[in-house]
Amino acid sequence: MSAMLIRGGHLVDPSAGVDAARDVLLKDGRVVAIEPPGKLNTAAKQAEAEIIEAKGLVVAPGLVDIHVHLREPGQGYKETIATGTAAAAAGGFTSVCAMPNTVPVNDSVETTRWMQSTERNPSARVFPIAAATRGSTGEALTEYGSLKAAGAVAVSDDGKPILGEAIMHQALAAAARAGLPVIQHAEDTRMTVGCSMNAGALAFRLGLRGMPVAAEAGLVERDIRLLSELKGGRAHLHVAHLSTAAALDAVRKARRNGLHVTCEVAPHHFVLTESEVGEYNTNAKMNPPLRAESDRKAMLEGLLDGSIDCIATDHAPHATHEKEQEFERAPNGITGLESALGLTLDLLHRKHKVSLSRLITLLSTQPANLLNLRGRGSLIAGAWADVVIFDPKAEWIFRAAATRSKSSNTPFDGWTMLGKVRMTISEGRVVYRAD
Amino acid sequence: MPTTQAIPDPPCATSACSRSLLSIASLGVEEVSAILRLATELEEEDPVARARRLAHRRVALLFYEASTRTRTSFELAAKGLGADTALISSQSSSIEKGESLKDTGITLRALGAECIILRHLSSGAPYLLAKVTGLPVLNAGDGMHEHPSQALLDVRTMLRALQRSEGEPGETLLQGITVVITGDILHSRVARSNALLLPRLGARVILCGPPALLPEVALELGPGISIERDFDRALKQAQIVMMLRIQKERLTGVHIDLEEYTSRYQLNRDRLRASAPEAIVMHPGPMIRGLEISSEVADGPQSVIAEQVRNGVAIRMALIHRALVDPAPRTEAAAEAVAVKQPGAKKRGRA
Repeated sequence: MSAMLIRGGHLVDPSAGVDAARDVLLKDGRVVAIEPPGKLNTAAKQAEAEIIEAKGLVVAPGLVDIHVHLREPGQGYKETIATGTAAAAAGGFTSVCAMPNTVPVNDSVETTRWMQSTERNPSARVFPIAAATRGSTGEALTEYGSLKAAGAVAVSDDGKPILGEAIMHQALAAAARAGLPVIQHAEDTRMTVGCSMNAGALAFRLGLRGMPVAAEAGLVERDIRLLSELKGGRAHLHVAHLSTAAALDAVRKARRNGLHVTCEVAPHHFVLTESEVGEYNTNAKMNPPLRAESDRKAMLEGLLDGSIDCIATDHAPHATHEKEQEFERAPNGITGLESALGLTLDLLHRKHKVSLSRLITLLSTQPANLLNLRGRGSLIAGAWADVVIFDPKAEWIFRAAATRSKSSNTPFDGWTMLGKVRMTISEGRVVYRAD
Repeated sequence: MPTTQAIPDPPCATSACSRSLLSIASLGVEEVSAILRLATELEEEDPVARARRLAHRRVALLFYEASTRTRTSFELAAKGLGADTALISSQSSSIEKGESLKDTGITLRALGAECIILRHLSSGAPYLLAKVTGLPVLNAGDGMHEHPSQALLDVRTMLRALQRSEGEPGETLLQGITVVITGDILHSRVARSNALLLPRLGARVILCGPPALLPEVALELGPGISIERDFDRALKQAQIVMMLRIQKERLTGVHIDLEEYTSRYQLNRDRLRASAPEAIVMHPGPMIRGLEISSEVADGPQSVIAEQVRNGVAIRMALIHRALVDPAPRTEAAAEAVAVKQPGAKKRGRA
């Protein structure tokens, strides 16, 4: 594999504590060296490296999304691994962790391997998250040890929360033995039957059944209690797409008590509120639902004060005909891979003055660390040559029609984004280049 | 404590939308007055002349849910104006084979429908139908959301029962009147439409029912609404009392002790005599006699329940007329206001 010299850019790599002008030399899919401007010219010449000019641009470790739905196997009409990872590359992501709610559910070594095969033609590295229980039915655990050996990086029954106490207890214990986190979609589904948006005045006004905050917070609290009852202390609970202030408080408290609880938040939960539902806009329908302004602000605060570990998109593609239905019938979810960086830069960096370094921590370093993705989320020598190069000042209009994803179910169509991805490199290969 | 603030009217993006009736909140009070006057004008008109107004225009009635009053009165209203009607119900159409609302709407448009009257079990379905067909859509009841034509016919009924003129300015039509709405507010589209409309016409609305059927957030529908859990205390303030059926088909996980409910919230002769001997009694139907209302009250001298049904035809004539006939000559100012609103309606800000 050929070599590349990324020259003249501003390197932001929180894993190495670098936020300065640096050149980056990549070779054979790995990072070879990071040096001040000009210092790698000789080495680059020797390696016959392709020169990539990054003047005025930010160079950072490729973004890591630990929560995506790639829909393969089984629902290729919504997305394939090829199209989903193409969207990832366009959004600056080089690693994506794929949830197991495929058809069939990814609860086996075979499916876990199938998803990682180069025959899927991926533009980013796919890390499967395997089902925590067989068929995600919440009854019997899957084989965590062999799933991990096959490449699974976590277990989860995402979308079908593990409600039973005994089985959740078993899952946490078995995952701790295997060295895997358990990711829980925290929703007490007994409290959300027939619900399609956040509970409150707007749901009442629209005549829609609302999901109460307690359905999320209650299950997070339950899971934390189960975690605290486990002996050994190695178990890791990760709360997926946190959306409520109450659940965040529960996570904060657990962490103060020394428990290994981590959490993620999706851009739509710190950018939008339930008012986006408007006239029954199905592109504002997702689970967890868009919440009240106070919850949105709490998510923002959690990102600012560090109690939220990372940003994850919950990229959930659905076909047009599925979203063009009655609100209550339309499936939950929106795409997110191509809008995450632009929204985050605009809101966190420009409006809330969060440093680029902190932003890359939330979008790359920490998510990679959470799921132990070795050599990802970092550009130290020896790490994978996963790089995003973006212009942090460029504004652009996000067009759903121009998406690389197979689906265009996004509420951000027509929004002005900040920060344009110029190039994405995955394991030394250019997988996206802006026109 | 949540603030009591009206949720703004949804923007009207197209002319079809402005002739639709999806939510009562999208009608200004002057437009409500105009509809009331038009209803009377059409009702009083010579039937032969009236039947020429929409002669051979095509109106589709698309009903996904059972209905007696609403369906029949919309149909009679359309026919009274001379329009051709086609009734499509979910049981005897391709809807049974899985045809989507979008495709059903497009099919009806291709068959020449100029307006679709939709009854649907899912809240918000009329918005989708209006969007995908571009036709005026009249919401004949959508899930738990709204039943705007019912609210209008209720206002007409109230004005007549109170012997008030519909010629007064819209904001004062029901000035000084207290309306008590009692029962299953949570699941009632009739309650929502009335609670959104009546205060804007000057009335005070008291909602009454147990917390399971009347959550506190109901107060946030808008100003002019209060909650009183004690039915007798509410009745003592009422000029009008509107009773609602418990919607068993929409109760998910809510358990109601019917015996207790009946003792606390049933409108019966003793209660009416003791607390509201003069009040006008209304019910949108269907009634469950012996549960929320006793037969003596439903059939008694204070009841205007049959009047409500009768008024439905006149109101629905006005709504169909409004949907199919260019309003320009009558409400030029209103049409202009809509046109001015349009450019801003689709603009999106950043977060």
